[in-house]
Amino acid sequence: MTFRKYLVLAGITLFAATGDSLLSHGMKQVGSISLAHLTSVIFAVLNPSVALGILLLLGFFVSYTTALSWADLTYVLPASSLGYVLLALLAKFFLHEHVSTARWLGIALISSGVGFVTQGPALTHRQPGSTSERQASKSFDTRTLP
Amino acid sequence: MKQAYTWGAILAVVVASSTGDVLLSRAMKQVGDVGKYSRRAGLLAVVGRVVRNRFFLLGLVTMTLAFYSLLFALSWADVSLVGPASASLTFVANAIAGKIFLHEHVDHRRWMAALMVAGGVALLAG
Repeated sequence: MTFRKYLVLAGITLFAATGDSLLSHGMKQVGSISLAHLTSVIFAVLNPSVALGILLLLGFFVSYTTALSWADLTYVLPASSLGYVLLALLAKFFLHEHVSTARWLGIALISSGVGFVTQGPALTHRQPGSTSERQASKSFDTRTLP
Repeated sequence: MKQAYTWGAILAVVVASSTGDVLLSRAMKQVGDVGKYSRRAGLLAVVGRVVRNRFFLLGLVTMTLAFYSLLFALSWADVSLVGPASASLTFVANAIAGKIFLHEHVDHRRWMAALMVAGGVALLAG
């Protein structure tokens, strides 16, 4: 794992947490959308918070798919789950919401889980000659590049 | 009956979301390390290679299904139940799916991490 790869994991966390928050904030400003007026969903993207939230969630998707190109799914998901903790801390320190003991315990559990998984290897080592290894090496084959 | 609908929708979210994650992961492993690839061939070549991958497109479809299942679940039950239940069960389902379908080496460290994060999410959002 290089510093750049840790940055990509941090990007997943930050983009998801801030994107979700902005989307939620924007949709509260837009108001509830009834099934009879579904077209108002289209105009919701004109709200600055919703538009910025969508941009940040696009950033999340790019970071997520980038991480999946060099790390296992079972590594990426727990390693990037600090976003839940970030959201709770934002709620505590910026929105001044009450964070209960159960929530602090949740924060501790998630942080420990992230610590656990990031100490291990990011990618499953494939045995040379195995089917999965052949598929992987084929996909990495640069001879197919233009 | 309403409870059965709610848990059916939560199950649909978990299955569709895990399927989407597995398909996206498989697609990106086929594409290869995008950092290395983009340095050699350029960003546009990477994007072209990703969007032409059928697993990637299928992944997007199942992610969309997961999103609509979540909307259905939210129309039947509170977000305080649907959110943590679907998020934490998805972590565990992904660990199982990663082992079975992607042949990833899910050792005790990864199992512990998945369970701890799942428990943490349930406590945080509950």
